Amino acid sequence: MRKKFWLFSLVLWTFLLTGCGQSLSQQSVLENAKQANTITWGVKGDVRLFGLIDVKDGQQKGFDVDMAKLITKHILGPKGHADFVTVTSQSRIPLLKNGNVDAVIATMTITPERQKTVDFSKVYFNAGQSLLVPKNSPIQDAYHLNGHTILGVVGANSVDNVKKASPKAKVLELQDYAQAMNALKSKQGEAMTTDNGILYGLAVQNPGYEVRGGTFTKEPYGVAINKHQKSFVKAVNQAIDEIKADGEYNRLIKKWFGQVPGFNYKELYSK
Amino acid sequence: MINIFTHYSHQLLVGFGWTIFSSLLALLFSLIIGAAFALMEVLPNKVCRMIGRTYVEIFRNIPLLVITMFFYLVIPMYLVKINGFTAGTIGLTLYTSAFIAETIRAGIQSVDNGQMEGARSVGMTYWQAMRYIILPQAVKIVIPPLGNQFINLVKNSSVLAFVAGFDLMYQANSIASATFDTINSYFVVGLLYLIITLPLSYYMRYLEKRTA
Amino acid sequence: MQNWINAYSWMNIRFLLMGLEVTVLISVVSVLLSFIIGSVFGIIRYSRIKYLSAVVGFIIDIIRNLPLLLIIFFTYFGLPNFGFKPETIPAAIIAMTVFESMMLAEIVRSGLNAVDVGQMEGARSVGMSFVQALWYIILPQAYKKMIPAIISQFVSLIKDTSLATIIVVPELMQHAQVVYGQNANYILPMFAALAVLYFIICFSLSLLGNFIDRRLA
Repeated sequence: MRKKFWLFSLVLWTFLLTGCGQSLSQQSVLENAKQANTITWGVKGDVRLFGLIDVKDGQQKGFDVDMAKLITKHILGPKGHADFVTVTSQSRIPLLKNGNVDAVIATMTITPERQKTVDFSKVYFNAGQSLLVPKNSPIQDAYHLNGHTILGVVGANSVDNVKKASPKAKVLELQDYAQAMNALKSKQGEAMTTDNGILYGLAVQNPGYEVRGGTFTKEPYGVAINKHQKSFVKAVNQAIDEIKADGEYNRLIKKWFGQVPGFNYKELYSK
Repeated sequence: MINIFTHYSHQLLVGFGWTIFSSLLALLFSLIIGAAFALMEVLPNKVCRMIGRTYVEIFRNIPLLVITMFFYLVIPMYLVKINGFTAGTIGLTLYTSAFIAETIRAGIQSVDNGQMEGARSVGMTYWQAMRYIILPQAVKIVIPPLGNQFINLVKNSSVLAFVAGFDLMYQANSIASATFDTINSYFVVGLLYLIITLPLSYYMRYLEKRTA
Repeated sequence: MQNWINAYSWMNIRFLLMGLEVTVLISVVSVLLSFIIGSVFGIIRYSRIKYLSAVVGFIIDIIRNLPLLLIIFFTYFGLPNFGFKPETIPAAIIAMTVFESMMLAEIVRSGLNAVDVGQMEGARSVGMSFVQALWYIILPQAYKKMIPAIISQFVSLIKDTSLATIIVVPELMQHAQVVYGQNANYILPMFAALAVLYFIICFSLSLLGNFIDRRLA
C-alpha cells in the first residue's frame, strides 16, 4: 500500500511539473523565421472567406490566409515561404504558446484576457459579432435571446459576449464553425453567433439563413504572437502598414468580400 | 491547478454528474439491448441469428463518433430533434450494446453444450433450460467483462464533448479555453475520470482473480 | 438524389480517400508500435521484476483508465513542454500508440497469466532460464489465445483514430466534416460514406482475425 502511494505521488508530480513547466523558448521567432526563410501560421480550416480547406487540393484559402502570405513576403522578402497549420478556436492559443506555430491569424479578436497570455499585432480587420438565423426566425437581435438556445464555438469569445447581452440565453459550444452551422440546420439551436464576416460566409453557402440584428460588439482581429517577441510584433505591424499603404489590402478585401450579398465591403477599406 | 479546482468546482461537478448520468443510462439500455441481441444470436432460429449477428457487426465496426454525430446532426435534419446529451447517450448505448451482446453471447456459449442437452432430456423446454440452467452460469462468467465495458463506457462518454453534451470533457474544453491553462485543465479533468474508472478497474481485476 | 450525385463527385471522393490514406497510415503505424510496446509492458508486468513491474503496472492502469481524447490533448498540447512539438499526424500516432499499448499490455498480461503456472515450473525444472521458458514455451501459447482480443483491440484503434479530428488531423472523419461543412446537403451522403468505409476496414480486419484464429487453433 505504501509503495503504491509513493508511486502515485511520483506520477502525479511528473504530471504537475509538465503543467507548470515553462513552455516558452527564449529564442527569437523572427530570427528563426529569417533563418528558415519560413513563417509557420496557424489559420482556420472551417471558416469560409477567412480560412477554409479547399476540397480540391486540401489547402486553406481565405482572407486570413492571403494576409498571412502577404505579411510573410513583406517580412522575409519575395522568396519567403508561408507554412500553414489548421487550428481551431480551441487549439490556437496552446499551439502558439507551445511554439508549434509562429503566429496565429485566425479570425482572432484582440481581447484584454487574451492579451495577458499572448501579444497581438495592430488590428488588421474590423469585425463585429452578429447572429445567423433561419429567414423565418422570430429572433431580431442579440439583446432578446433570453430563453433561446444559441450556438457558438469552443474557445471563441462570442460565447461570453452573447451571455453579456442576454444573460439567460442558453449557449451551446460546438467544436468548430462547420459543426455549429450543421447543428443550426439540425435545429439544435435557434441562432448561431459569431463575427459577422464568418456568418456572411456561412449565409452565402446556406440559402434560407441570414445575418440579422447588425453587430452588437466590436471585434478587432489581430495577429497573435507569443509574449516576449517584440521584434516579431514590430515586423508584423510594419508589414500590415505597408500592405494597407500600397493598396494590396483593399484588393484582398474586394477579392474576398466583394461578392458577399448584404455586406458593405467598402466600409472595410483602409483609407 | 488548485485554482482550477476551486474556481470551476461548480462547472466540474456539473460535468461529473452528466458524465455519470450518461454512462449509467447507456449502461442500463445497452444491457437490455445487448442481452436481447445476444439471445437472438444463440437461438436455434437462423433468421434471428442473422439479425443478431448483423446488428453486432454493424455497431462494432463503426466509430462511436460517427454514430453519435449521426444522431446529433443527421437525424434532426430529417426526423426528430435530439439534443446533444441524448444523441451522445444514444450513440453510447448502441455502440456499447454491440460489445455487451458479444460478451453475453460468449458467456452463454462458454456454458457447456451438454448442459442444455441434459436439461432438455429431463423434460425442460428450451426457455426453461435457458432461464434456470444456462443463464445463471453465464451471468457469473460475464460480470467481470461487463464491468470492463462499463469502464469503457465512462471513458467513451467523452464523445459527448463533440455534441455539446455538458459532460466532463465538454467542461474541460470550456475551462481550458477560458483559462488558457490547457494542460492543467485537462489534468484536473483526468483526475476526475480516474476517480470513477480506477477503483472500478481494480475491483474488476479482484473479481476476475476470485472467479478464476 | 441530385445531392447524392453531387456529394459523390470525384473531387469529394478523392478528398475522402486522401483522408482514408491518413487514417490507414496512423492505424498501421500505431498497430505495429503498440504491439511491440504493449508486449514489452505486458511481459514486464507478468515477470514481477521488483519495482519496475509495479511502476509499469501503475502507468498502465492510469493511462488505460483515461479517455483517449485526453491522451490526444496531452500529446498535442502537453508534449511541447518537453521541447518536442509533434505535427498533427505524428501527434495522433503517438497518442494512439500510448493508449493502445497500455490496453494491449493488459491483454498480454492476462493472456500470460492464463497459461498454466505448471508450464513455467516444468520448463524451469528442465534447466531453461526464465527468458527461455517465456520465449519458447509460454509466449507462443499465450499469443495464440490472445489473437481475438488483440485483433478486436486493433479494430478499436482504427475506429478511435476518428477522435483525432479534434486536433484537426487530416484523416477520414476530418475530411468528411470538411466536405459536409461546405455544403450541408452532403451531410447524409458523407455519413453513409463514413459508415461504409470504416465498416469495410474494421470488418475485414475482424474477418482476418477470425481466419488466423481458426488456422492456428
